[in-house]
Amino acid sequence: MDVQTHRGNLIMNTATMAYRNLLKTIHNPDQFMDVIIQPIMFMLMFGYLFGGAISGNVKSYLPTIVPGILIQTMLSAASGSGSQIREDLDSGVFDRFKSLPMAHIAPLAGQLFADILRLVIATITSLSAGFVMGWRPASGFGWVVVSGLLAIFTGWAISWIFALLGLLAKSAASVQSFSLMIMLTLTFLSNAFIPIKTLSKTMKFIVYMNPITYVITAIRQILSTGSWTHEAWLVLLFGIGIVVVFAPLTVWAYNRNN
Amino acid sequence: MEAVNAIEVNHLTKKFNNKIAVDDISFNVKQGEVFGLLGPNGAGKTTTLRMMTTLLKANNGNVKIFGHDSVKEGRLARSMFGLTGQYASVDEDISARENLMIFSRLNGLSRMESKKRTQELLAEFSLLNSADKPLKDFSGGMRRRLDLAVSLITRPALIFLDEPTTGLDPRTRTQMWDTIRKLVKQGSTILLTTQYLDEADQLADRIAVIDHGKLIKIGTPEELKQEIGGTKLNFTIDRYSQINTATKLMTDQLGESINRNDKQLSATLNSIDQLAPLLSTLHEAQITISNLTVQEPSLDDVFMNLTVGKN
Repeated sequence: MDVQTHRGNLIMNTATMAYRNLLKTIHNPDQFMDVIIQPIMFMLMFGYLFGGAISGNVKSYLPTIVPGILIQTMLSAASGSGSQIREDLDSGVFDRFKSLPMAHIAPLAGQLFADILRLVIATITSLSAGFVMGWRPASGFGWVVVSGLLAIFTGWAISWIFALLGLLAKSAASVQSFSLMIMLTLTFLSNAFIPIKTLSKTMKFIVYMNPITYVITAIRQILSTGSWTHEAWLVLLFGIGIVVVFAPLTVWAYNRNN
Repeated sequence: MEAVNAIEVNHLTKKFNNKIAVDDISFNVKQGEVFGLLGPNGAGKTTTLRMMTTLLKANNGNVKIFGHDSVKEGRLARSMFGLTGQYASVDEDISARENLMIFSRLNGLSRMESKKRTQELLAEFSLLNSADKPLKDFSGGMRRRLDLAVSLITRPALIFLDEPTTGLDPRTRTQMWDTIRKLVKQGSTILLTTQYLDEADQLADRIAVIDHGKLIKIGTPEELKQEIGGTKLNFTIDRYSQINTATKLMTDQLGESINRNDKQLSATLNSIDQLAPLLSTLHEAQITISNLTVQEPSLDDVFMNLTVGKN
């Protein structure tokens, strides 16, 4: 053996795997279509359909709906990670990854880090679509960036949950349909598109049980007040909590596949 | 000092929901040896290989790679072999060069070393001209070559090949065989699975025949052929009326049982010298024959003999 090998470390392996996933998306740019088309479509449809009914006019509805659609897009981008992982696992190339002397979490972490690019594109598209429709947040550009970053972090944390689902599911198609169901339930049973005060007592209770409600509230507060609020801290901690719980579970599921 | 075995497999067993896929298999592979796992589809070859390469946990038994337990010292064991899976285990969406670069980096090579090794392997496997094309445009043979190249990045002393030529056309298959022979010359130990008898015969020093998860026979191709012994004789009797006479004459002369299938008769000769007298006896009896074939024993016979009635 005259080739020198260094024992790869976790960070290097993960970076290589992230690079691999980025290459994959660069070779197949159509993978970005969902995170570009979906937010624009929903922004236009919901804005022009419900704007008048809910807030009197489209412009005054935008502060409600922009954070709502931003988070909805994050959820669907995160769910894409799950089916992507499942597809990869079924393709045979993962056998090779598993047979290499490297950290077992690296292929998964690499995928999820590479998916941050999807989240960034989704965030920029959602916010720009709102801007084009006349949305002018009171807080200024700096806080728009902060709210975008918080949304991206939350989406990334949630992608670990979908990664776990992807590993436990039987096929990529079943991950997709299951994820769509979760995404629709979580966004519609929240304050994403409507003011909570119009809801009945039972519905209010359900909506307040939904963690997505708090994420959307935090983003709205940052955008309207231009400050890092109590809710923003809560969402940040919630995201960290998800990663702490689900990253080990995901690795466990990955190893269990044997 | 006796050299440590490249692979030691002890009482390996795997069950999938109560169905036994691999049933108490044990064998050793010496360093520098080409060892073939031969068996029909579903015999348990790939399951055995997946356990040897740490991809699958055994229910019972253990595997040692150069003396290191594949479970307890998994990472060390994994650093000592290269694996080429049955399904092309390379990335479809990226180019050959990118595949080699990524797997070099994952194997712990530095960026510079990775670049150098990638270039070497692309040249060695005649992939330089298509290095930057997407794999979607690759032929089956090119894909396999890339797959093998990826397994050889670290120049592992032990290489696992899972059905390396399944699905390849005859020409590409011969090329693949040449590549494998070259690896053998360089001193690699190779374990390959195959369902093709001629492939095992061509490449392997020793063969383990597996069927229904059990190891039925182990030995060199010559030993396995001797097991069957004799030369196969086959011909057709032209007229039905002569079949009984012919059978009787042959039984008298060969002292062996004759197999009959409609107009076709077959027998096993202990020696090729028995052929000429037999043919002249038939000729003297004015029995006309056609479609005469004389066949040295092949692994096919071994295989049929060992697995007959069990499938």
